[in-house]
Amino acid sequence: MSHTATEARSVVVEREFPYPPEKLWRALTQPHLIEEWLMKNDFKPVVGHGFNLRGEWGGVLDCEVLAVEPNRTLSYTWNFAHDDAAYNLRSVVTFTLTPTGTGTRLRMEQSGFHRDQKQAYGGAHAGWKQFFANLEQVLTRTA
Amino acid sequence: MTNAHDMLFRTLADPTRRAIFEQLCREGEQTVGALTARAKVSQPAVSKHLGVLKQAGLVRDRHAGRQTHYSAQLGALAPLIDWTSRMAGFWQSRFDHLEDLLKRMDQ
Repeated sequence: MSHTATEARSVVVEREFPYPPEKLWRALTQPHLIEEWLMKNDFKPVVGHGFNLRGEWGGVLDCEVLAVEPNRTLSYTWNFAHDDAAYNLRSVVTFTLTPTGTGTRLRMEQSGFHRDQKQAYGGAHAGWKQFFANLEQVLTRTA
Repeated sequence: MTNAHDMLFRTLADPTRRAIFEQLCREGEQTVGALTARAKVSQPAVSKHLGVLKQAGLVRDRHAGRQTHYSAQLGALAPLIDWTSRMAGFWQSRFDHLEDLLKRMDQ
């Protein structure tokens, strides 16, 4: 995918949900539903569509739809521009839905991070910003 | 590995538990009584939180006479320093939201 693929790493999170793929697909592709579990957005399930994900913390992610295979695969870029290159984030998020006997296995892979990435700014800050800020203060004081 | 990460994130996701852990980080070893004086919950609740923190490897207990002293184990936080773990934690919490949403949605 990237010419620096050898330096890039990825994050994979998988979970099985007791619902058919069609239901998960709606949650992954309808803007008002995406907002309920991920972030505010102007998503459209159209390859090449550019959109933003807006986090509660005020950050804005630049995204572009890369792949849409209804009920099976959804992929988009997940980029965060920052003046300091070490905080720049250029990554790709891919959701894969696999039907199981009792529901659907959802696999999320986020790839494209670099080894020298200081922080996965765009995402980690959404839910964990305050926690890590506190934690870093605590760790600094106890170091 | 992933289960250990899940446990760490879930353990620290609770604000009361996190406050107890942060107090142990800031002020060093404490008894349940001292921790309860600061927490906004009862002593049995504090003891329960300490049990969960201990299970996640975040605190250690030391018995001295009739008192039990608790201390923070900062080494257990190592996975959080790594950004890939932070990102995995972010997605785990988003998947929790997704699970809640799916329960509310009609077929």
